[in-house]
Amino acid sequence: MSVQRAVIVGASHAGAQVAASLRQEGWAGEVVLVGDESALPCQRPPLSKAYLAGKSTLAELAIRSAEFYARQEIRLLGATVERIDRSAGRVSLSTGESLAYDKLALCTGARPRRLRVPGAHLAGVHYLRTAADVDLIRATAKPGSRAVVVGGGYVGLETAASLRALGLDVTVLEATERVLERVTAPEVSAFFDRIHREEGVCIQTSALVEALAGDARVREVVLSSGESVPADLVIVGIGIEPNTELAASAGLVIDNGVVIDDRARTSDPDIVAAGDCTSRDIARYGSRVRLECVPSAGEQAKAAAATISGKCREIRALPWFWSDQYDVKLQIAGLNTGYDEVVLSGDPNRDRDFTCFYLRQGELIAADCVNRPRDFVFSKRLLTQATQGVGRAELPLVTVSDLGA
Amino acid sequence: MAVVTFVSHDGETHAASLEEGQSLMQVATNNAVPGIDGDCGGEAACGTCHVIVDPRWSDRVGPSGADEEQMLAMNPEREPTSRLSCQMVVSEAWDGLTVRLPEFQM
Repeated sequence: MSVQRAVIVGASHAGAQVAASLRQEGWAGEVVLVGDESALPCQRPPLSKAYLAGKSTLAELAIRSAEFYARQEIRLLGATVERIDRSAGRVSLSTGESLAYDKLALCTGARPRRLRVPGAHLAGVHYLRTAADVDLIRATAKPGSRAVVVGGGYVGLETAASLRALGLDVTVLEATERVLERVTAPEVSAFFDRIHREEGVCIQTSALVEALAGDARVREVVLSSGESVPADLVIVGIGIEPNTELAASAGLVIDNGVVIDDRARTSDPDIVAAGDCTSRDIARYGSRVRLECVPSAGEQAKAAAATISGKCREIRALPWFWSDQYDVKLQIAGLNTGYDEVVLSGDPNRDRDFTCFYLRQGELIAADCVNRPRDFVFSKRLLTQATQGVGRAELPLVTVSDLGA
Repeated sequence: MAVVTFVSHDGETHAASLEEGQSLMQVATNNAVPGIDGDCGGEAACGTCHVIVDPRWSDRVGPSGADEEQMLAMNPEREPTSRLSCQMVVSEAWDGLTVRLPEFQM
């Protein structure tokens, strides 16, 4: 029998984990990891944090070393996959070559949502997704220059914190009434609003960007209120969109992401998918969800590698997330979708550590833990293992100082 | 070359050579040591790189930090010499170090 070949499209967190897990699952065939970013697969979360703030190098962010891929006989190929021919079992590359596959893993990720206003094309307007994006930002981010961050979500706020660390004047423009509106309770939004103001960031909410003005280079951000905010640098962080075009043009089922089941299988038995490009029905939430996070990418990738190797490993882990801003570490266990009650441990209006537990019909569904790793581990374990709902009475409503920690 | 040994829960051993300045988690993932996931990439945010240091080595590798301690505190497999390997910056002087892996990572 000829040697089988698994081709992985996309060399970020999901792709790198599929490659590593294929070897752990005993896949004896070839593994080709195709990516269009120049460096080794690198940790993406630190890009808006330590890397932007100049505290780490790209080499330090490599998910695994070059020697790892060599030893594991994983071939890294720098190219973009342009087309999948499912009937022939081949992918066409931007280099003009084509590559046969027996099994294909789509880990195409996501791209930043573009700001669609006049002037969005001006020099000095940036997005933040890749190391190359951050290199461009760093080249112009000088102490004292004025940065405007469009979007008060996690990436926007992390970017604001990193730019403050570099000594810039920073304004965050958020279109809704509060930062993190889509993802957290008002109490948590108020906390992050306060922290950023204490760190010297100017936050404007209900601020709709109407245009970016300047000659060749951006000079100011014009709001729908008529107000203008001066800017030497604009960073847009208004969400991401899954890269589904390749899968869609190959005829795979798409629904706000490449549709996968709980073993990472797409609608083609020879094709799996993992990471930010996928959407999946999650029984726990009773809906189809597209998760935008590294832990989920890793979990899906492990399932995908098992499926390719003819084994069964279901995606079961609880979704979780984290964010670092200044000295604040936020860890989130579960999804708070549909919550009808929050219970606070600690005082978000005063402290720099607290936990916001989210309940639905009296049962714990998620927790935002700010500088409370202990509450995070507690919540994650409980949500993962509890066979019955966890009620308010079981929550650890003590402060860290009470624990003498 | 300095070598550290990872012992899986069922007793299987994996030797890996150290590279000074890396974290012990990176040493494990770069050497395909099964049982160390390092899902968060070394931020002490996930708790999936838990190791139990051979007690004879615990003085030399040092104790856990405050955040790390909180992550470990709720772990049922926690032992007195438990560490998150992402928070352990390795040194050539650790040649011969042995760490055990728990049955389950977080």
